[in-house]
Amino acid sequence: MTMIVSEASIFNSTTSATTDTYATKIQVNDLNLFYGEKQALFNVNLDIKEKEVTALIGPSGCGKSTFLRTLNRMNDLIDGVRVIGNIHIDGENVYESNDVIRLRTKVGMVFQKSNLFPMSIYDNVAYGPRMQGIKNKKILNEIVEESLRGAAIWDEVKDRLKSSALGLSGGQQQRICIARAIAMKPDVILMDEPTSALDPISTLKVEELITQMKKDYTIVIVTHNMQQAARISDKTAFFLNGEVVEYDDTNVIFSTPKDERTEDYVTGRFG
Amino acid sequence: MRKFKDNMLRGLLWGSAFVSVAVLVIIVGYIFYKGFSYISFDFIFGDYSPTGGGGIFPMIVTTLLTILISLAIATPIGILAAVYLHEYAKQGRLVRMIRFATESLTGIPSIIYGLFGAVFFVAILKLGMSIIAASLTLTIIVLPVIIRTTEEALKTVPATYREGSLALGTTKLQTLIKIILPSAMPGILSGIILSIGRIVGESAAIFLTAGTVAAMPTSIFSSARTLTVHSFLVTQEAGDIGLAAAVGIVLIVIILVLNLSATYISKKLNKADY
Repeated sequence: MTMIVSEASIFNSTTSATTDTYATKIQVNDLNLFYGEKQALFNVNLDIKEKEVTALIGPSGCGKSTFLRTLNRMNDLIDGVRVIGNIHIDGENVYESNDVIRLRTKVGMVFQKSNLFPMSIYDNVAYGPRMQGIKNKKILNEIVEESLRGAAIWDEVKDRLKSSALGLSGGQQQRICIARAIAMKPDVILMDEPTSALDPISTLKVEELITQMKKDYTIVIVTHNMQQAARISDKTAFFLNGEVVEYDDTNVIFSTPKDERTEDYVTGRFG
Repeated sequence: MRKFKDNMLRGLLWGSAFVSVAVLVIIVGYIFYKGFSYISFDFIFGDYSPTGGGGIFPMIVTTLLTILISLAIATPIGILAAVYLHEYAKQGRLVRMIRFATESLTGIPSIIYGLFGAVFFVAILKLGMSIIAASLTLTIIVLPVIIRTTEEALKTVPATYREGSLALGTTKLQTLIKIILPSAMPGILSGIILSIGRIVGESAAIFLTAGTVAAMPTSIFSSARTLTVHSFLVTQEAGDIGLAAAVGIVLIVIILVLNLSATYISKKLNKADY
Protein backbone atom coordinates (compact mmCIF):
# COMPACT_ATOMS: atom_id res chain seq x y z
CA MET A 1 0.00 0.00 0.00
CA THR A 2 2.70 2.47 0.96
CA MET A 3 4.29 1.63 -2.34
CA ILE A 4 1.21 2.68 -4.29
CA VAL A 5 0.78 5.85 -2.29
CA SER A 6 4.34 6.94 -2.88
CA GLU A 7 4.03 6.25 -6.58
CA ALA A 8 0.80 8.12 -6.74
CA SER A 9 2.25 11.08 -4.90
CA ILE A 10 5.12 11.23 -7.35
CA PHE A 11 2.50 11.27 -10.02
CA ASN A 12 0.74 14.07 -8.23
CA SER A 13 3.68 16.41 -8.52
CA THR A 14 4.10 15.81 -12.25
CA THR A 15 0.54 15.86 -13.45
CA SER A 16 -1.41 18.24 -11.27
CA ALA A 17 -0.27 21.16 -13.38
CA THR A 18 -1.79 19.75 -16.55
CA THR A 19 -5.04 18.52 -15.04
CA ASP A 20 -8.13 20.26 -16.33
CA THR A 21 -6.28 22.25 -18.94
CA TYR A 22 -7.72 20.19 -21.80
CA ALA A 23 -11.22 20.20 -23.20
CA THR A 24 -13.71 17.43 -22.66
CA LYS A 25 -13.42 14.89 -25.46
CA ILE A 26 -16.00 12.32 -24.49
CA GLN A 27 -19.07 13.12 -22.49
CA VAL A 28 -21.16 10.26 -21.11
CA ASN A 29 -24.59 11.00 -19.68
CA ASP A 30 -26.84 8.55 -17.82
CA LEU A 31 -25.63 5.58 -19.79
CA ASN A 32 -27.47 2.31 -19.17
CA LEU A 33 -26.77 -0.92 -20.99
CA PHE A 34 -28.72 -4.17 -21.06
CA TYR A 35 -27.74 -7.62 -22.26
CA GLY A 36 -31.27 -8.80 -22.97
CA GLU A 37 -33.01 -8.47 -19.62
CA LYS A 38 -29.84 -8.21 -17.58
CA GLN A 39 -28.62 -4.70 -16.88
CA ALA A 40 -24.85 -4.35 -17.08
CA LEU A 41 -24.33 -0.59 -16.75
CA PHE A 42 -26.25 1.76 -14.44
CA ASN A 43 -26.40 5.51 -15.00
CA VAL A 44 -22.79 6.00 -15.96
CA ASN A 45 -21.72 9.64 -16.09
CA LEU A 46 -18.15 10.44 -17.09
CA ASP A 47 -16.34 13.31 -18.75
CA ILE A 48 -13.18 12.15 -20.44
CA LYS A 49 -10.61 14.83 -21.16
CA GLU A 50 -8.69 15.25 -24.36
CA LYS A 51 -5.09 14.01 -24.48
CA GLU A 52 -5.20 12.34 -21.14
CA VAL A 53 -5.02 8.73 -20.12
CA THR A 54 -8.18 7.63 -18.37
CA ALA A 55 -8.03 4.28 -16.61
CA LEU A 56 -11.05 2.14 -15.88
CA ILE A 57 -10.50 -0.19 -12.94
CA GLY A 58 -12.67 -2.59 -11.00
CA PRO A 59 -13.18 -6.31 -10.31
CA SER A 60 -14.03 -8.78 -13.09
CA GLY A 61 -17.55 -8.41 -14.42
CA CYS A 62 -17.96 -4.87 -13.10
CA GLY A 63 -18.80 -3.52 -16.55
CA LYS A 64 -15.59 -1.66 -17.32
CA SER A 65 -14.97 -3.50 -20.60
CA THR A 66 -18.63 -3.24 -21.53
CA PHE A 67 -18.43 0.48 -20.95
CA LEU A 68 -15.26 0.79 -23.03
CA ARG A 69 -17.00 -0.99 -25.92
CA THR A 70 -19.89 1.45 -25.89
CA LEU A 71 -17.45 4.20 -26.88
CA ASN A 72 -16.86 2.72 -30.35
CA ARG A 73 -20.11 0.75 -30.40
CA MET A 74 -18.45 -2.64 -30.50
CA ASN A 75 -21.32 -3.87 -28.33
CA ASP A 76 -23.51 -3.53 -31.41
CA LEU A 77 -22.03 -6.83 -32.59
CA ILE A 78 -23.66 -8.69 -29.72
CA ASP A 79 -27.27 -9.72 -30.20
CA GLY A 80 -29.76 -8.30 -27.74
CA VAL A 81 -27.70 -5.38 -26.45
CA ARG A 82 -29.68 -2.23 -25.68
CA VAL A 83 -28.14 1.10 -24.82
CA ILE A 84 -30.04 3.96 -23.19
CA GLY A 85 -28.40 7.30 -22.55
CA ASN A 86 -25.99 9.50 -24.40
CA ILE A 87 -22.36 9.50 -25.37
CA HIS A 88 -21.04 12.60 -27.08
CA ILE A 89 -17.63 12.59 -28.71
CA ASP A 90 -16.59 16.09 -29.79
CA GLY A 91 -20.18 17.08 -29.23
CA GLU A 92 -21.56 14.47 -31.60
CA ASN A 93 -24.02 11.92 -30.26
CA VAL A 94 -22.49 8.51 -30.89
CA TYR A 95 -25.71 6.52 -30.55
CA GLU A 96 -27.78 8.84 -32.71
CA SER A 97 -25.41 8.77 -35.63
CA ASN A 98 -25.79 5.98 -38.18
CA ASP A 99 -22.20 6.24 -39.23
CA VAL A 100 -20.57 3.55 -37.11
CA ILE A 101 -17.81 3.25 -39.71
CA ARG A 102 -16.73 6.86 -39.25
CA LEU A 103 -16.98 6.54 -35.47
CA ARG A 104 -14.64 3.55 -35.50
CA THR A 105 -12.09 5.30 -37.68
CA LYS A 106 -12.08 8.13 -35.16
CA VAL A 107 -12.09 5.87 -32.11
CA GLY A 108 -9.51 3.11 -32.49
CA MET A 109 -9.27 0.03 -30.32
CA VAL A 110 -6.60 -2.30 -29.02
CA PHE A 111 -7.77 -5.62 -27.61
CA GLN A 112 -6.76 -7.81 -24.73
CA LYS A 113 -4.93 -10.27 -26.91
CA SER A 114 -3.23 -9.38 -30.15
CA ASN A 115 -5.69 -10.00 -32.96
CA LEU A 116 -3.40 -9.38 -35.88
CA PHE A 117 -4.57 -10.86 -39.14
CA PRO A 118 -2.66 -13.72 -40.73
CA MET A 119 -0.85 -11.34 -43.07
CA SER A 120 2.48 -9.59 -43.21
CA ILE A 121 3.35 -6.83 -40.76
CA TYR A 122 3.00 -4.29 -43.55
CA ASP A 123 -0.40 -5.57 -44.68
CA ASN A 124 -1.70 -5.54 -41.13
CA VAL A 125 -0.84 -1.90 -40.59
CA ALA A 126 -1.93 -0.89 -44.10
CA TYR A 127 -5.22 -2.81 -43.80
CA GLY A 128 -7.31 0.02 -42.35
CA PRO A 129 -6.06 2.75 -44.73
CA ARG A 130 -6.47 0.40 -47.70
CA MET A 131 -10.07 -0.26 -46.71
CA GLN A 132 -10.54 3.50 -46.69
CA GLY A 133 -9.59 3.42 -50.35
CA ILE A 134 -5.97 4.55 -50.16
CA LYS A 135 -4.13 2.72 -52.95
CA ASN A 136 -1.11 4.93 -53.56
CA LYS A 137 1.96 2.91 -52.60
CA LYS A 138 3.96 5.92 -51.51
CA ILE A 139 1.27 7.19 -49.20
CA LEU A 140 0.74 3.70 -47.75
CA ASN A 141 4.47 3.31 -47.15
CA GLU A 142 4.49 6.61 -45.30
CA ILE A 143 1.48 5.69 -43.17
CA VAL A 144 2.98 2.31 -42.28
CA GLU A 145 6.34 3.78 -41.29
CA GLU A 146 4.76 6.62 -39.37
CA SER A 147 2.41 4.28 -37.51
CA LEU A 148 5.12 1.78 -36.65
CA ARG A 149 7.33 4.63 -35.40
CA GLY A 150 4.38 5.93 -33.43
CA ALA A 151 4.07 2.53 -31.78
CA ALA A 152 7.82 2.46 -31.07
CA ILE A 153 8.37 -0.73 -33.01
CA TRP A 154 9.74 0.54 -36.34
CA ASP A 155 13.37 -0.26 -35.55
CA GLU A 156 12.50 -3.81 -34.53
CA VAL A 157 10.54 -4.70 -37.67
CA LYS A 158 11.68 -2.38 -40.46
CA ASP A 159 13.76 -5.12 -42.10
CA ARG A 160 10.96 -7.68 -42.16
CA LEU A 161 7.84 -5.76 -43.00
CA LYS A 162 6.86 -8.39 -45.55
CA SER A 163 7.11 -11.33 -43.19
CA SER A 164 4.25 -12.72 -41.15
CA ALA A 165 3.03 -10.61 -38.27
CA LEU A 166 2.18 -13.78 -36.38
CA GLY A 167 5.85 -14.67 -36.09
CA LEU A 168 6.52 -11.80 -33.69
CA SER A 169 6.57 -12.04 -29.91
CA GLY A 170 3.42 -11.27 -27.94
CA GLY A 171 4.64 -7.84 -26.89
CA GLN A 172 5.68 -6.93 -30.41
CA GLN A 173 2.34 -8.14 -31.76
CA GLN A 174 0.50 -5.95 -29.29
CA ARG A 175 2.54 -2.92 -30.37
CA ILE A 176 1.76 -3.74 -34.03
CA CYS A 177 -1.91 -3.74 -32.98
CA ILE A 178 -1.37 -0.25 -31.59
CA ALA A 179 0.34 0.76 -34.85
CA ARG A 180 -2.59 -0.67 -36.79
CA ALA A 181 -4.95 1.48 -34.73
CA ILE A 182 -2.74 4.58 -35.14
CA ALA A 183 -2.68 4.08 -38.92
CA MET A 184 -6.32 5.17 -39.02
CA LYS A 185 -5.26 8.50 -37.50
CA PRO A 186 -7.85 8.30 -34.72
CA ASP A 187 -8.44 10.88 -31.99
CA VAL A 188 -9.27 8.39 -29.32
CA ILE A 189 -7.69 5.01 -28.65
CA LEU A 190 -9.48 2.48 -26.47
CA MET A 191 -7.42 -0.25 -24.85
CA ASP A 192 -8.99 -3.30 -23.29
CA GLU A 193 -6.42 -4.74 -20.85
CA PRO A 194 -3.71 -4.48 -23.51
CA THR A 195 -0.96 -5.91 -21.33
CA SER A 196 -2.78 -8.70 -19.51
CA ALA A 197 -1.24 -11.35 -21.77
CA LEU A 198 2.28 -9.87 -21.74
CA ASP A 199 5.42 -10.48 -19.72
CA PRO A 200 6.65 -7.68 -17.41
CA ILE A 201 9.25 -6.31 -19.83
CA SER A 202 6.82 -6.12 -22.75
CA THR A 203 4.25 -4.61 -20.40
CA LEU A 204 6.70 -1.89 -19.46
CA LYS A 205 7.36 -1.11 -23.12
CA VAL A 206 3.66 -0.81 -23.86
CA GLU A 207 3.17 1.39 -20.80
CA GLU A 208 6.00 3.68 -21.90
CA LEU A 209 4.40 3.84 -25.30
CA ILE A 210 1.04 4.81 -23.81
CA THR A 211 2.57 7.66 -21.85
CA GLN A 212 4.27 8.94 -25.02
CA MET A 213 1.08 8.58 -27.03
CA LYS A 214 -1.05 10.78 -24.85
CA LYS A 215 0.41 13.92 -26.36
CA ASP A 216 -1.43 13.00 -29.57
CA TYR A 217 -4.35 10.87 -28.48
CA THR A 218 -7.06 10.60 -25.90
CA ILE A 219 -6.57 7.19 -24.35
CA VAL A 220 -9.08 5.16 -22.37
CA ILE A 221 -7.63 2.00 -20.88
CA VAL A 222 -9.24 -0.85 -18.99
CA THR A 223 -6.83 -2.52 -16.63
CA HIS A 224 -6.84 -5.17 -13.96
CA ASN A 225 -3.52 -3.99 -12.72
CA MET A 226 -3.85 -1.14 -10.23
CA GLN A 227 -0.17 -0.30 -10.26
CA GLN A 228 -0.50 0.11 -14.00
CA ALA A 229 -3.41 2.52 -13.59
CA ALA A 230 -1.39 4.45 -11.03
CA ARG A 231 1.69 4.55 -13.26
CA ILE A 232 0.18 5.66 -16.53
CA SER A 233 -3.19 7.33 -16.05
CA ASP A 234 -4.24 10.89 -15.30
CA LYS A 235 -7.79 10.04 -14.30
CA THR A 236 -9.19 6.85 -12.91
CA ALA A 237 -12.76 5.60 -12.78
CA PHE A 238 -13.59 2.83 -10.34
CA PHE A 239 -16.40 0.54 -11.55
CA LEU A 240 -18.37 -1.80 -9.32
CA ASN A 241 -21.42 -3.84 -10.34
CA GLY A 242 -22.01 -1.72 -13.40
CA GLU A 243 -21.81 1.62 -11.64
CA VAL A 244 -19.09 4.21 -11.46
CA VAL A 245 -18.33 4.41 -7.74
CA GLU A 246 -15.74 7.11 -8.01
CA TYR A 247 -14.06 9.09 -10.76
CA ASP A 248 -11.25 11.48 -10.04
CA ASP A 249 -7.61 12.30 -10.63
CA THR A 250 -5.61 9.11 -10.39
CA ASN A 251 -3.56 10.33 -7.43
CA VAL A 252 -6.74 11.11 -5.51
CA ILE A 253 -8.21 7.67 -6.22
CA PHE A 254 -5.07 5.95 -5.02
CA SER A 255 -4.23 8.15 -2.03
CA THR A 256 -7.37 9.77 -0.66
CA PRO A 257 -10.42 8.12 -2.19
CA LYS A 258 -13.74 9.50 -0.98
CA ASP A 259 -15.69 6.28 -1.15
CA GLU A 260 -14.95 3.44 1.23
CA ARG A 261 -15.44 0.82 -1.51
CA THR A 262 -12.80 2.51 -3.66
CA GLU A 263 -10.39 2.46 -0.77
CA ASP A 264 -11.08 -1.20 -0.08
CA TYR A 265 -10.46 -2.03 -3.72
CA VAL A 266 -7.28 -0.03 -4.27
CA THR A 267 -5.79 -1.29 -1.03
CA GLY A 268 -6.47 -4.83 -2.21
CA ARG A 269 -9.13 -5.79 0.32
CA PHE A 270 -11.26 -7.33 -2.45
CA GLY A 271 -11.35 -7.90 -6.21
CA MET B 1 -1.52 -52.19 -15.10
CA ARG B 2 -1.78 -48.62 -16.29
CA LYS B 3 1.09 -49.22 -18.60
CA PHE B 4 -0.63 -52.29 -19.97
CA LYS B 5 -3.79 -50.29 -20.66
CA ASP B 6 -1.72 -47.62 -22.30
CA ASN B 7 -0.09 -50.18 -24.57
CA MET B 8 -3.46 -51.75 -25.35
CA LEU B 9 -4.87 -48.43 -26.40
CA ARG B 10 -1.83 -47.62 -28.45
CA GLY B 11 -2.09 -51.00 -30.18
CA LEU B 12 -5.75 -50.40 -30.90
CA LEU B 13 -5.10 -46.96 -32.37
CA TRP B 14 -2.23 -48.24 -34.45
CA GLY B 15 -4.29 -51.23 -35.61
CA SER B 16 -7.18 -49.03 -36.70
CA ALA B 17 -4.89 -46.72 -38.62
CA PHE B 18 -3.20 -49.73 -40.22
CA VAL B 19 -6.49 -51.33 -41.30
CA SER B 20 -7.76 -48.14 -42.93
CA VAL B 21 -4.54 -47.55 -44.84
CA ALA B 22 -4.22 -51.21 -45.75
CA VAL B 23 -7.71 -51.35 -47.25
CA LEU B 24 -6.95 -48.31 -49.38
CA VAL B 25 -3.63 -49.73 -50.54
CA ILE B 26 -5.17 -53.12 -51.38
CA ILE B 27 -8.02 -51.61 -53.40
CA VAL B 28 -5.82 -49.21 -55.32
CA GLY B 29 -3.21 -51.93 -55.76
CA TYR B 30 -5.76 -54.40 -57.05
CA ILE B 31 -7.20 -51.91 -59.51
CA PHE B 32 -3.76 -51.05 -60.84
CA TYR B 33 -2.79 -54.73 -61.00
CA LYS B 34 -5.93 -55.65 -62.97
CA GLY B 35 -6.21 -52.62 -65.16
CA PHE B 36 -2.73 -51.31 -65.80
CA SER B 37 -2.10 -53.48 -68.88
CA TYR B 38 -5.08 -51.85 -70.60
CA ILE B 39 -3.74 -48.33 -70.18
CA SER B 40 -2.26 -46.91 -73.36
CA PHE B 41 -2.28 -43.67 -75.25
CA ASP B 42 -5.04 -44.93 -77.52
CA PHE B 43 -7.08 -46.14 -74.57
CA ILE B 44 -7.07 -42.70 -72.97
CA PHE B 45 -7.21 -40.45 -76.02
CA GLY B 46 -8.91 -42.72 -78.55
CA ASP B 47 -12.54 -42.52 -79.52
CA TYR B 48 -14.84 -45.24 -78.30
CA SER B 49 -15.73 -48.08 -80.61
CA PRO B 50 -18.77 -50.18 -79.81
CA THR B 51 -17.11 -53.26 -81.24
CA GLY B 52 -14.48 -53.18 -78.53
CA GLY B 53 -10.87 -52.12 -78.26
CA GLY B 54 -11.64 -48.41 -78.48
CA GLY B 55 -10.64 -45.62 -76.10
CA ILE B 56 -12.52 -43.83 -73.36
CA PHE B 57 -11.85 -40.26 -74.35
CA PRO B 58 -15.58 -39.34 -74.74
CA MET B 59 -16.21 -40.50 -71.16
CA ILE B 60 -13.28 -38.51 -69.83
CA VAL B 61 -14.59 -35.39 -71.54
CA THR B 62 -18.12 -36.05 -70.25
CA THR B 63 -16.87 -36.57 -66.71
CA LEU B 64 -14.80 -33.38 -66.72
CA LEU B 65 -17.70 -31.42 -68.22
CA THR B 66 -20.12 -32.59 -65.52
CA ILE B 67 -17.61 -31.70 -62.79
CA LEU B 68 -17.01 -28.29 -64.31
CA ILE B 69 -20.67 -27.37 -64.81
CA SER B 70 -21.89 -28.70 -61.46
CA LEU B 71 -19.17 -26.93 -59.52
CA ALA B 72 -19.57 -23.73 -61.51
CA ILE B 73 -23.18 -23.57 -60.35
CA ALA B 74 -22.97 -25.17 -56.91
CA THR B 75 -19.85 -23.42 -55.55
CA PRO B 76 -21.01 -19.79 -55.72
CA ILE B 77 -24.56 -20.61 -54.60
CA GLY B 78 -23.30 -22.84 -51.79
CA ILE B 79 -20.76 -20.32 -50.49
CA LEU B 80 -23.21 -17.44 -50.63
CA ALA B 81 -25.89 -19.48 -48.87
CA ALA B 82 -23.45 -20.47 -46.12
CA VAL B 83 -22.28 -16.87 -45.72
CA TYR B 84 -25.89 -15.76 -45.40
CA LEU B 85 -26.72 -18.45 -42.85
CA HIS B 86 -23.63 -17.83 -40.75
CA GLU B 87 -22.95 -14.12 -41.07
CA TYR B 88 -26.19 -12.37 -41.92
CA ALA B 89 -29.26 -14.39 -40.97
CA LYS B 90 -30.78 -13.85 -37.56
CA GLN B 91 -30.14 -17.08 -35.73
CA GLY B 92 -33.64 -18.35 -35.12
CA ARG B 93 -36.06 -21.08 -36.01
CA LEU B 94 -35.93 -20.44 -39.76
CA VAL B 95 -32.15 -20.77 -39.89
CA ARG B 96 -32.30 -23.91 -37.76
CA MET B 97 -34.83 -25.35 -40.19
CA ILE B 98 -32.73 -24.53 -43.22
CA ARG B 99 -29.74 -26.09 -41.51
CA PHE B 100 -31.71 -29.21 -40.66
CA ALA B 101 -32.92 -29.43 -44.26
CA THR B 102 -29.42 -29.17 -45.73
CA GLU B 103 -28.20 -31.79 -43.29
CA SER B 104 -31.01 -34.13 -44.26
CA LEU B 105 -30.34 -33.55 -47.94
CA THR B 106 -26.79 -34.91 -47.60
CA GLY B 107 -28.21 -38.20 -46.35
CA ILE B 108 -30.70 -38.88 -49.13
CA PRO B 109 -29.67 -41.73 -51.49
CA SER B 110 -28.60 -40.37 -54.84
CA ILE B 111 -31.13 -42.47 -56.77
CA ILE B 112 -33.84 -40.20 -55.32
CA TYR B 113 -32.04 -37.17 -56.74
CA GLY B 114 -31.71 -39.09 -59.98
CA LEU B 115 -35.44 -39.73 -60.18
CA PHE B 116 -36.13 -36.09 -59.39
CA GLY B 117 -33.68 -34.98 -62.07
CA ALA B 118 -35.23 -37.36 -64.59
CA VAL B 119 -38.68 -35.96 -63.92
CA PHE B 120 -37.85 -32.30 -63.44
CA PHE B 121 -34.83 -31.43 -65.58
CA VAL B 122 -35.18 -34.11 -68.27
CA ALA B 123 -38.95 -34.18 -68.70
CA ILE B 124 -40.54 -31.01 -67.32
CA LEU B 125 -37.79 -28.57 -68.33
CA LYS B 126 -37.41 -30.59 -71.55
CA LEU B 127 -33.62 -30.71 -71.30
CA GLY B 128 -33.70 -34.34 -72.37
CA MET B 129 -31.17 -36.91 -71.25
CA SER B 130 -28.17 -34.64 -71.35
CA ILE B 131 -24.99 -33.49 -69.68
CA ILE B 132 -26.72 -30.33 -68.52
CA ALA B 133 -29.58 -32.26 -66.90
CA ALA B 134 -27.08 -34.49 -65.11
CA SER B 135 -24.99 -31.50 -64.02
CA LEU B 136 -28.01 -29.71 -62.58
CA THR B 137 -28.97 -32.85 -60.69
CA LEU B 138 -25.42 -33.16 -59.38
CA THR B 139 -25.53 -29.51 -58.39
CA ILE B 140 -28.42 -30.30 -56.07
CA ILE B 141 -26.52 -33.28 -54.70
CA VAL B 142 -23.34 -31.36 -53.84
CA LEU B 143 -24.96 -28.10 -52.76
CA PRO B 144 -25.61 -29.26 -49.17
CA VAL B 145 -22.04 -30.55 -48.96
CA ILE B 146 -20.63 -27.17 -49.96
CA ILE B 147 -23.00 -25.26 -47.67
CA ARG B 148 -22.16 -27.45 -44.68
CA THR B 149 -18.40 -27.39 -45.12
CA THR B 150 -18.36 -23.65 -45.82
CA GLU B 151 -20.40 -23.00 -42.70
CA GLU B 152 -18.03 -25.15 -40.64
CA ALA B 153 -15.11 -23.26 -42.15
CA LEU B 154 -16.68 -19.91 -41.28
CA LYS B 155 -17.15 -21.09 -37.71
CA THR B 156 -13.44 -21.74 -37.37
CA VAL B 157 -12.51 -18.14 -38.23
CA PRO B 158 -11.57 -16.57 -34.88
CA ALA B 159 -14.09 -13.97 -33.69
CA THR B 160 -11.12 -11.75 -32.87
CA TYR B 161 -10.37 -11.32 -36.59
CA ARG B 162 -13.89 -10.09 -37.16
CA GLU B 163 -13.69 -7.70 -34.20
CA GLY B 164 -10.24 -6.50 -35.15
CA SER B 165 -11.33 -5.67 -38.66
CA LEU B 166 -14.61 -3.99 -37.71
CA ALA B 167 -12.89 -1.95 -35.00
CA LEU B 168 -10.77 -0.42 -37.77
CA GLY B 169 -13.85 1.13 -39.31
CA THR B 170 -14.38 -1.39 -42.08
CA THR B 171 -17.76 -2.45 -43.38
CA LYS B 172 -19.18 -5.90 -42.85
CA LEU B 173 -18.68 -6.69 -46.53
CA GLN B 174 -15.02 -5.60 -46.48
CA THR B 175 -14.42 -7.72 -43.41
CA LEU B 176 -16.10 -10.67 -45.10
CA ILE B 177 -14.13 -10.42 -48.33
CA LYS B 178 -10.72 -9.44 -46.98
CA ILE B 179 -10.54 -11.32 -43.69
CA ILE B 180 -13.21 -13.95 -43.18
CA LEU B 181 -13.41 -15.67 -46.55
CA PRO B 182 -9.60 -15.89 -47.00
CA SER B 183 -9.29 -17.41 -43.53
CA ALA B 184 -12.06 -19.89 -44.30
CA MET B 185 -10.63 -20.77 -47.72
CA PRO B 186 -8.93 -24.06 -46.77
CA GLY B 187 -12.21 -25.35 -45.29
CA ILE B 188 -14.25 -24.17 -48.24
CA LEU B 189 -11.80 -25.88 -50.54
CA SER B 190 -12.09 -29.19 -48.73
CA GLY B 191 -15.83 -28.92 -49.37
CA ILE B 192 -15.17 -28.48 -53.06
CA ILE B 193 -12.80 -31.44 -53.09
CA LEU B 194 -15.43 -33.56 -51.35
CA SER B 195 -17.89 -32.43 -53.98
CA ILE B 196 -15.58 -33.48 -56.80
CA GLY B 197 -15.41 -36.91 -55.21
CA ARG B 198 -19.17 -37.03 -54.92
CA ILE B 199 -19.66 -36.01 -58.56
CA VAL B 200 -17.11 -38.42 -59.94
CA GLY B 201 -18.40 -41.25 -57.80
CA GLU B 202 -22.00 -40.71 -58.76
CA SER B 203 -23.53 -43.29 -61.10
CA ALA B 204 -27.23 -43.84 -60.42
CA ALA B 205 -28.28 -40.19 -60.71
CA ILE B 206 -26.21 -39.68 -63.87
CA PHE B 207 -27.47 -42.90 -65.39
CA LEU B 208 -31.03 -41.54 -65.10
CA THR B 209 -30.34 -38.00 -66.31
CA ALA B 210 -27.47 -38.16 -68.83
CA GLY B 211 -28.12 -41.58 -70.25
CA THR B 212 -25.46 -43.97 -71.51
CA VAL B 213 -24.62 -42.81 -75.02
CA ALA B 214 -21.01 -43.78 -75.55
CA ALA B 215 -20.02 -41.07 -77.96
CA MET B 216 -18.21 -37.77 -77.87
CA PRO B 217 -20.72 -35.13 -76.67
CA THR B 218 -21.29 -32.39 -79.26
CA SER B 219 -22.77 -29.93 -76.74
CA ILE B 220 -23.93 -29.85 -73.14
CA PHE B 221 -27.33 -30.92 -74.41
CA SER B 222 -25.97 -34.24 -75.71
CA SER B 223 -26.70 -37.43 -73.92
CA ALA B 224 -23.42 -38.93 -72.78
CA ARG B 225 -21.72 -41.45 -70.53
CA THR B 226 -19.38 -40.62 -67.64
CA LEU B 227 -16.44 -42.78 -66.60
CA THR B 228 -18.24 -44.20 -63.59
CA VAL B 229 -21.27 -45.18 -65.60
CA HIS B 230 -18.97 -46.66 -68.24
CA SER B 231 -17.13 -48.66 -65.63
CA PHE B 232 -20.43 -50.01 -64.36
CA LEU B 233 -21.70 -50.91 -67.81
CA VAL B 234 -18.45 -52.54 -68.87
CA THR B 235 -18.52 -54.77 -65.81
CA GLN B 236 -22.18 -55.58 -66.14
CA GLU B 237 -22.49 -56.05 -69.88
CA ALA B 238 -19.09 -57.27 -70.97
CA GLY B 239 -18.00 -58.74 -67.64
CA ASP B 240 -14.58 -57.25 -68.31
CA ILE B 241 -13.12 -56.54 -64.87
CA GLY B 242 -9.78 -55.54 -66.32
CA LEU B 243 -11.30 -52.86 -68.50
CA ALA B 244 -13.41 -51.58 -65.61
CA ALA B 245 -10.28 -51.42 -63.47
CA ALA B 246 -8.49 -49.46 -66.18
CA VAL B 247 -11.32 -46.93 -66.14
CA GLY B 248 -10.92 -46.90 -62.34
CA ILE B 249 -7.25 -45.98 -62.70
CA VAL B 250 -8.16 -43.06 -64.93
CA LEU B 251 -10.76 -41.95 -62.35
CA ILE B 252 -8.26 -42.12 -59.51
CA VAL B 253 -5.72 -40.09 -61.49
CA ILE B 254 -8.35 -37.47 -62.40
CA ILE B 255 -9.41 -37.04 -58.76
CA LEU B 256 -5.80 -36.86 -57.64
CA VAL B 257 -4.94 -34.19 -60.23
CA LEU B 258 -8.05 -32.15 -59.44
CA ASN B 259 -7.45 -32.28 -55.69
CA LEU B 260 -3.81 -31.30 -56.01
CA SER B 261 -4.61 -28.41 -58.33
CA ALA B 262 -7.42 -27.25 -56.03
CA THR B 263 -4.99 -27.18 -53.12
CA TYR B 264 -2.45 -25.37 -55.24
CA ILE B 265 -4.97 -22.77 -56.39
CA SER B 266 -6.12 -22.13 -52.84
CA LYS B 267 -2.53 -21.56 -51.75
CA LYS B 268 -2.13 -19.06 -54.58
CA LEU B 269 -5.44 -17.37 -53.83
CA ASN B 270 -4.90 -17.26 -50.13
CA LYS B 271 -2.04 -14.82 -49.76
CA ALA B 272 -2.75 -14.94 -46.05
CA ASP B 273 -1.18 -18.38 -45.91
CA TYR B 274 1.33 -18.06 -43.12
